[in-house]
Amino acid sequence: MTRRVADWTARAAAWAVAGASIAVLLVIIGQIVIRGLPGFRLSFLVTAPHGIKMEGGVFPMIVASSFLTLLTLLIVGPVGIGAAVYLAEFAGDNRLTRLVRFAADTLAGVPSIVFGLFGLAFFVYFLQMGYSILAGALTLSMMVLPTMLRVSEEAIRAVPASYREGSLGLGATRWQTTLRVVLPAAMPAMATALILSVGRAFGETAAVLYTAGMTPSTPLLPLEGGRTLTVHLYLLATTGYIDPAYRVALVLLAVILSFNLLAGWLMARFRRRFVA
Amino acid sequence: MSEYAIELRNVSVAYGDCQCLADVSLAIPINSVVALIGPSGCGKSTLIRSMNRTNELVAKTVTTGEVNFGGRDVYGSRMDLRELRERIGMVFQRPNPFPKSIFDNVAWGLRSNGIRGRKRLEEAVERSLRAAALWDAVSSKLDQPALGLSGGQQQRLCIARALAVEPEILLMDEPCSALDPIATQRIEDLIDELKERYTIVIVTHNMQQAARIADFTAFLMAEQPHEPSRIVEFGRSVEIFTRPGDERTEAYVTGRFG
Ligand SMILES: Nc1ncnc2c1ncn2[C@@H]1O[C@H](COP(=O)(O)OP(=O)(O)OP(=O)(O)O)[C@@H](O)[C@H]1O
Ligand SMILES: [Mg+2]
Repeated sequence: MTRRVADWTARAAAWAVAGASIAVLLVIIGQIVIRGLPGFRLSFLVTAPHGIKMEGGVFPMIVASSFLTLLTLLIVGPVGIGAAVYLAEFAGDNRLTRLVRFAADTLAGVPSIVFGLFGLAFFVYFLQMGYSILAGALTLSMMVLPTMLRVSEEAIRAVPASYREGSLGLGATRWQTTLRVVLPAAMPAMATALILSVGRAFGETAAVLYTAGMTPSTPLLPLEGGRTLTVHLYLLATTGYIDPAYRVALVLLAVILSFNLLAGWLMARFRRRFVA
Repeated sequence: MSEYAIELRNVSVAYGDCQCLADVSLAIPINSVVALIGPSGCGKSTLIRSMNRTNELVAKTVTTGEVNFGGRDVYGSRMDLRELRERIGMVFQRPNPFPKSIFDNVAWGLRSNGIRGRKRLEEAVERSLRAAALWDAVSSKLDQPALGLSGGQQQRLCIARALAVEPEILLMDEPCSALDPIATQRIEDLIDELKERYTIVIVTHNMQQAARIADFTAFLMAEQPHEPSRIVEFGRSVEIFTRPGDERTEAYVTGRFG
């Protein structure tokens, strides 16, 4: 009897929590769609803003955000996975690797504005990159790298030891084993980590405000500055142009949603390839 | 040429401070099946792994003594580990195919040895799968994931994978313990066929299995708990299972302890 009551209570609690979180999500999405969609025209995506009231579209911002995100992906992917492979497979457990892990865990919790400040001092001024996509991407990379590193490391550690034994036992070298057995097995989890990291970078404001800048021009080279969608939204909202701000939010939402769909699709593909 | 495929002389293995095996001497005749039996935790896996140096893959171990393989010391500084593990293949307790296709699993050893020719790989894959009695079941789905096979098929795939690099010795650590009786029977039949061309060392907990398939049997045990294990008795399986020379062997094979 008491077991049934406990069971029922646990179920009810789970339903309540799940229901609440879905409700919150729906309210946010609903708000953005209701306020952003009415004034939305396709031209919004392909024209530049103009005038003091920042009317017109967000084309330069889409380019800036995409450029920044792509560059971050290109930096964080290889560096994060490479460092994770080293930590998990080759470095062993010693004082240095413990220190690296501790540092990564600490950095993962640092507010993004602090990374922005560091990026401003180090990349923008000290390395004289100026407000640029490159400075922004490097700052974003530093911000998301710790999480990428730790998640990838866990993914590599989660690969069963029997795969390594099997491969080494057949005469393969450590490198061959790592590259062609361990990494492919860890790939789904690492790809998810990468997509989530990149999603975070795409949605970041504080860290790019002081590093990529606010110029509303279309950046074509890494050393040019640009204004991301998030920074544009921030400027619109703080100057009181609420309706265009919601339109930008709608674009951001659509992009983040497609990131997540892409992640889901990738996972499904990997699973089909490896597990049957 | 020696009449032994591999010869252990006074081999001792320690995990850190914990001495696990002491003074094991064992000569495995060519083209024979040798079973290693003994109570759980006595070091059968450690012993079989010492033959192709896979102990050092899982833990920090210190091995002393000599393992003579083809006139060379396996633990000598001139031993090439890749060559060693190719020539002495290993099949593990749990089937451990890679999360790759059936073809890629079997081709793994050859590919990692730099063999790329599609034709050559295809031939080797077919030959190995046939040798492992798996060809008929999988020939039409070589590009499917290996993890989609049944447990018994996975284990035969692992055997095929080991055979693909044409080893001389096949080490099998409880290859049937995760399998049902029918799959076990098929692996036993397979071992019977394979011994014409390979030397096989097999660890098993199943006395009937050892008696059925092994020409020779080694019984391994520690004199006292917390002491390193030694070979109590080694001889023809018929002797070990019908007229054991040592009373501990008799107690063990008749199931009175262990
Ligand atoms: N990785 C390891 N680190 C430390 N000690 C180990 C390790 N592997 C095995 N040992 C110890 O070595 C001894 C022999 O282990 P081993 O696995 O070789 O026994 P086994 O005869 O194969 O046992 P089982 O029948 O259960 O498979 C055990 O006492 C075990 O505690
Ligand atoms: Mg064992």
